[in-house]
Order: sequence, then C-alpha cells, then structure tokens
Amino acid sequence: MARRHNRLAALLLAPLLLLLCGSFFIPVARILVTAVADPELSEALPRTAALLRGWDGQGPPPEPVFVAIGEELAAALRDRRIGRVAQRLNFEQSGMRSLLLRTARAGVTSRAALVALDARWGAPETWTLLRGAAGPATGLYLLRALDLVRSPDGAIQPVPKDDALYRTLFLRTLWIALVVTAICVVLAYPVAAVLAGLPPRWSRIGMLLVLVPFWTSVLVRTTAWFVLLQREGPLNAALVALGLVDQPVQLIGTRFAVVLAMVHVLLPFAILPAYSVMKRIDPALMRAAASLGAPGWWRFLAIHLPLSLPGVAAGAAFVFLLSAGYFITPALLGGPQDQMVASFIAFFMNQTVNWGMASALACLLLAMAGAVLALARGLLPGVLSGRFRA
Amino acid sequence: MRRIFAWAVLLFLMAPMLAVVPLSFSGSEVLRFPPEGFSWRWYVAFFASDRWLLASRNSLIVASAVAVVATLLGTLAALGLHLARFRGRGLILALLAMPIVTPSIVTAAAVFFAFSVVGLTGSLVGLVLAHTVIAVPFVVIAVLASVQGFDPVLLRAAAGLGASPAAAFRRVMLPLIAPGVATGAVFAFATSFDEFIITLFIAGPGQFTLPRQMYASVREFLDPTICAAAVLLFLCSLVLLLLSEAARGRR
Repeated sequence: MARRHNRLAALLLAPLLLLLCGSFFIPVARILVTAVADPELSEALPRTAALLRGWDGQGPPPEPVFVAIGEELAAALRDRRIGRVAQRLNFEQSGMRSLLLRTARAGVTSRAALVALDARWGAPETWTLLRGAAGPATGLYLLRALDLVRSPDGAIQPVPKDDALYRTLFLRTLWIALVVTAICVVLAYPVAAVLAGLPPRWSRIGMLLVLVPFWTSVLVRTTAWFVLLQREGPLNAALVALGLVDQPVQLIGTRFAVVLAMVHVLLPFAILPAYSVMKRIDPALMRAAASLGAPGWWRFLAIHLPLSLPGVAAGAAFVFLLSAGYFITPALLGGPQDQMVASFIAFFMNQTVNWGMASALACLLLAMAGAVLALARGLLPGVLSGRFRA
Repeated sequence: MRRIFAWAVLLFLMAPMLAVVPLSFSGSEVLRFPPEGFSWRWYVAFFASDRWLLASRNSLIVASAVAVVATLLGTLAALGLHLARFRGRGLILALLAMPIVTPSIVTAAAVFFAFSVVGLTGSLVGLVLAHTVIAVPFVVIAVLASVQGFDPVLLRAAAGLGASPAAAFRRVMLPLIAPGVATGAVFAFATSFDEFIITLFIAGPGQFTLPRQMYASVREFLDPTICAAAVLLFLCSLVLLLLSEAARGRR
C-alpha cells in the first residue's frame, strides 16, 4: 500500500518539479556556473585558446600563437564575433579592446608584425592575461566582486584603491538591511503584543490595518512614498506648517527616504509572525506570575519575551532576507550612494551586459541569504504559515 | 502608552495610501498638497491611456494564468507530499519553498539569462512561467495546511463503498481542501499581480504589467495619473484581501 502511495505521490509531484527545474533550478545553477565560466576567448579564438593552454607561460609564446591570433582576430572582426571577447579582456585590463580591434583591422599574422604594430604584443603581461582567459574557468569575477585581482605573477591582491567598489557595496547592503530589520523589530514587537492582547473585535480591526498594506503592491507603496516625499508633497507641507523647517527639504534621493519606505514595506512581515506566536501565549501564565508577586518587567522578561522570541526572530530573519536583496525602493527613492547589491546586478545584466560580473554578485548575495537561512533554520516554516494563520 | 504607540505604527502603515487618495482627485497638474479642486480627470486619463490599458490587460492575463497553473500544479504537489512516505519528503518541501527565500533579484537574473537563450523573454508565456515559480510555494503551503489531518483511509473507505477514484476525490477530498486551494489561488494571483523585478528583466514594452508601467511612469514623468493608478491598484489589493479572508473563513 505504501508503495502504491509513493508511486502516486511521485506522479503528483512530477509536473511541478519539472516546471521548477526548467524555470528555477537550472537557471539558478547556470548563474552559479556563469560566475566562474570563461568562454569568450575560446569561442571567438578557438585555435589561439588551444595553443595558449598548451603554452608553459615562460618567455614569449611560440610563433604559431602569433599566427593564430592574427588570423583569428581578423576573421572574428569580419564575422562580427569580436565584441564579446574584446569586452571580456577589456574588463580585466582596460585598453585591450582597442588593441584587439586595431590588430584585427591590421590583419597582421606574424610575431614581428604584431610587435611592430603595438609593443604590447611583445610584453609578457599581455600573454599571461590571454592565457588566463583561455581556460574554461576563471576566478576573475568572484575575485573582483570582493575587490581582489590576480596579479600577472598569479598572486591575489586587492585592487587599486580607486577601483575598489564592491566591499563598500556589500557592507552598505548589510548595513541598510540591518538598520531596516532593527527598526522593524522594534516597531513590530509592541504592535504585535498590543494586538494580541486586545479584545477580538479591536484586534481584528488592528490586524486589518496590517493586512491592507501587506496586500498592497510593493510598487504602489513605494510610489506613494515617492509622491509623499516630493518637494511639494504632504510631508514637506507638514514640516513647514509645523515650523520644523523654513522651506521644503530634499527628501527623495536620501538614505532616510530609502530606510523609511523599506521599513514601511517590510514591517508587516515582522508583525505577522510575532502576532501569531504571541496570540498563542496563554494569558493565564502572566496572571499566575502576577499572583505570585512577579512585577511587570519580570513577567515580561521571564514569560512573554522567551515565548514570543521564535516568532520575532523568524520575522526578523525574513525582513533581513528581503531587504538584503532589495531593488525597487533604493532605485526609486535613493541616490547613487544608496544603491544596494541588487541594483548592481541589474546594472550588469541590463546596461553593460556583463553576465560574469552579474552572476558573481548574485552568487555572493545567494551565499549571504544562505547564511541567514542557516542561522534562522527551523524558524522560516513558521513565518510562511504565519502568512496564512495571521 | 504602549497602545498609543501601537496605533501610531498602524497609522504609519496606512498613511501613505490614505494620502495618495486625495491627490488622485486633484484638479491641478502638479502633485501639491493639499490638492486643489476636485476632479476625475486623472482617472479619465488612466482609462484613456493605451499604455495603462495595455498594462492592465497584461497584468490580468498573466495573474489569471498564474493563478490557474500554480493552483493546479501546487495542489497536485501538495497532495503528493501528503501521500508521500519516502525519505526525502522534507527535502522536496524545502526545494519547493526555495523560490520564496531566494532573493528575487537572483531569480530574476537567472530567469532572464535562461529565458533569453530559449527565446522566452519578451513573451507573456515567459512571464507566466516565471511568476508561477514564485507563486507556487504559497499554493503548496496553503493546500498542505488544509490536508493536515486528512486521513487517506477515508479515500479507501469511499472506494470500499463503491466510489470510483475520481468520485472519491471529488466528494471526499476536494471539499476538505477547497479552502486551502482557494487561499492558494488568491495568493498566487496576488503574487503575480504584484511582481516587479522579474518583469523588469524579461518583459518588453509589449508585456508591461501594472507595476512595471508604474515604475516607468515614476521614472519618466510624474503626474497625478500615477496616483489614480495607485488608488486603482490599491482597490484591487483590497478585493484580493477580502477574497483571501473569505477563503480563510470557510476553513
């Protein structure tokens, strides 16, 4: 009987698992692969790549490499296949694009002619770079996402100060996520506690005030803040009317606006699980403690806090998880200094079409999310069902 | 004191939407507060705009399709999980929940990358597939919650009394899980209706949904039509919330 059940179960699960494989698991796996894949050189210049992989890296490469790269560059230019490899090499070393294009246009195919065209063809660094790009895999993108580069001699070192970007970006992302999470928890706790303690009728009304924004589209809420925070908007009007400021202040494009709107959007995620846990705390426990003479703060610390902690922690984990990957709010309400990792992933996907870099950043974000999940393991199912129970 | 604080936070949650409502009825071109005059012109502008109408159409089509596909596949999978006695059941449940905890920007990048290879970007089918991925976990969880405690022996009892498997499912199991299925369907619809980032990546101008169009409008040119659109979308969300409450009430 159990066997038949299992066969039926597999049959029922199969369609969904197939869909998820095609539209989620395989795509995400490809992102992980793309973060370390290095296909451009071997696709555009296959013979050169094969020769470079066989070369020991000592001294100048043998003559056939020069012949191959000269011929293949010219061919790649003719077939318009040169763009991606030029972009790939230029990302690692600026100036490589123009070198490749110049050489391709010149159509020279010997060591002497290449070096005569551009002295860089005689430099060992150029060939080390090309050899590094010929392999099937590269650490270039993941290293760069941590502000590291591999020097020509193979050592891993920090990028020059002016190019450093991503560590600040990740720290900023973590910081904004932490601040938003902390504010959400501090605001959510008393709200959930008060709602859980209200008589049913009032608690229903209060819950509705949480659920209505929760169900309202994130973009609608962010747009509402965008309107509210305008120079002529209601918030500025109120500030001026109260005499807090003399004239309207610039709010759009500030960190304040980003955090304010993110807290607003994510607060229900913190309230709902906390509420559903607190609702289940038996009020008799608190009464018993009171009758035994425990003062209010002691009852709170000894009973209410420990019993409600799982819900609060689950809410906090979920808020942190969501805010670390946030895109909309910083994009609409923040300035350049408020953009988070997600904005850079979008930038590399859409603007510069650098899939290696986008994937590397996505991998690190995924790792960050995985770490949070591992810390909050066992709590998340509570949050997810809290969405339905609340 | 604590109560005042709690109600103040709740007011903060509602305030932005409440402030946008009067602005959407403004008589003037600029979004100034308090709004001047009263007019329906921005609602008229919304329904006269080809872009907003196209976005509304796309949103309704995609969200409805997602609700159907996700509810069907999710319900089957939840029943499968309920019946399953093999090891790895917990693993499958964890896998099914993955799309919820994966940062949506990662999902969006992955889906964009994969769909652009097979030509599914710039199509409503691609949108439906991608939205189904992030909507389906909610269906699985909702249906699973409603079958907890359902004893498969009841199905055998029905069969023993002469019911065909299909009839046993329809007469015995379906009524029990219907509220969970309904909740899941509403959630799936709402998830797709709200979804923005995946749409930002894989939708061309012909597939703009309401959130995508709203984003474009905010970035390009801010006029009170956006407030009218926000209020209309807000009303849609209210309807969805009421539907989900109704589904829950039947449980």
